[in-house]
Amino acid sequence: MIEIQDVYKTFGENEVLKGITATFQPGKNNLIIGGSGSGKTTLLKCIVGLHEPTKGEVIFDGENFTNMNFEQRVPIRTQIGMLFQNSALFDSMTVEQNIMFPLNLFTDQSKSEKLDRANFCLERVNLTGKNKLYPSELSGGMKKRVGIARAISMQPKYLFVDEPNSGLDPVTSILIDELISELTQEYSITTVVVTHDMNSVMGIGDHIIFLHQGKKWWEGSNKEIAKTDNKELNNFVFASPFMRAAKASL
Amino acid sequence: MFHSLGKYILLLRLSFRKPEKFSVYWAEIMREMVSVGIGSLGIVAIISLFIGAVATIQTAFQLISDFIPKTVVGGITRDSTILEFSPTISALVLAGRVGSAMASQIGTMRVTEQIDALEIMGVNAPGYLISPKIIAGVTMIPLLVIVSVGLGLTGGYIACWASNDVSTNDYLRGLTDGFNPVIATVCAVKAISFGFVITSICSYQGFYVNGGSLEVGQSATRGVVWSCIMILFCDLIISRLLL
Repeated sequence: MIEIQDVYKTFGENEVLKGITATFQPGKNNLIIGGSGSGKTTLLKCIVGLHEPTKGEVIFDGENFTNMNFEQRVPIRTQIGMLFQNSALFDSMTVEQNIMFPLNLFTDQSKSEKLDRANFCLERVNLTGKNKLYPSELSGGMKKRVGIARAISMQPKYLFVDEPNSGLDPVTSILIDELISELTQEYSITTVVVTHDMNSVMGIGDHIIFLHQGKKWWEGSNKEIAKTDNKELNNFVFASPFMRAAKASL
Repeated sequence: MFHSLGKYILLLRLSFRKPEKFSVYWAEIMREMVSVGIGSLGIVAIISLFIGAVATIQTAFQLISDFIPKTVVGGITRDSTILEFSPTISALVLAGRVGSAMASQIGTMRVTEQIDALEIMGVNAPGYLISPKIIAGVTMIPLLVIVSVGLGLTGGYIACWASNDVSTNDYLRGLTDGFNPVIATVCAVKAISFGFVITSICSYQGFYVNGGSLEVGQSATRGVVWSCIMILFCDLIISRLLL
């Protein structure tokens, strides 16, 4: 379980996050949604420690992550998997080397054990046999799947995903969403997904936080989102004529 | 200025933290050594041969006289090659070749979130990315300078043979007469210092890139410019202190 308590983040004069408090439960797809500039990615980066919150705390299973130094954070970080918006695969390494990289650094497994794990992860994301390809030889969707394979290679307790559907066609987007959801339930991972894709929200949003102007504006599930009378959330979710028509037909 | 210097020193401190796993870092050091050493051998060889030849021809032009022994040309070429041409000019060329590559590699990793990915995994990113480059720089650049000295003096020999300004025998006698070992020490100190300067400054410039591909290019340029300035500054300080 991840708890964030009263998190503020300021860049110079610009206050991006204004006191956000939330709890993310294991085995659930926790979605952070909101318009561009609402602070979604900043909040994600504060949770994983890429940004230090100006004020507030991030707690991983009772351990206060915010107050830890680099060395103290390492045991928690080895339990974190993250899929970046642009996949962030290491260009100089093959798919297999990318997946084995954290295993090389943080485990004492033999080479064959690491290779087995890499093959298992690739199979899990339907990329069997792509071991020797370089990131430059992969499509956008394949890169995302390799990113997921690398993220799960260390059997993480926490999975963070930043804009998993950006730049992908609708079919691949749904496949990526389903994969994230399956892994979350299969391994009881605490998953936090930052997105503004409505298909993801409606498809896998077990627990949704809506950010607006740096504040938590609404919290609920995908079942509750259609019934809410929150004006800003309705403006965001039902911005397109298609979504408005879908809501009207409910 | 002082803010940047502080950031640079802190980054160097982070770079030499205890590695997560020595074998992984060792593989990276070997890779960087091949890239810096073998990858730069060609350009260093070409410039050294030409500089040695030019230094010999110009020294001969200025000093050939009935009152000056012809062996002086070999001695001056040797000293200027070992003291200045090989370490400094090689370092300036390597700043352009190795330094810009390092700055743009690390800078690209920064803007494509690869450094963030390393940090999320719990990897000490400065240690993993920068320390192998610095170690490769301070070990391989001195070796390249040794090769450069050998080829520079060979270039001088070829120039003597081709131009007949000085006989090859006089040139070779000049190379061996009155050799002061201090110049070899100065050359080694310069080579190690320049290796450190190039790799650390260019890595620093790449590591703190903000933005996109335009900024990556600018960081590589800044890395090369600052490396060149610091190479010449260190050259002056080392020459003043050791000679």
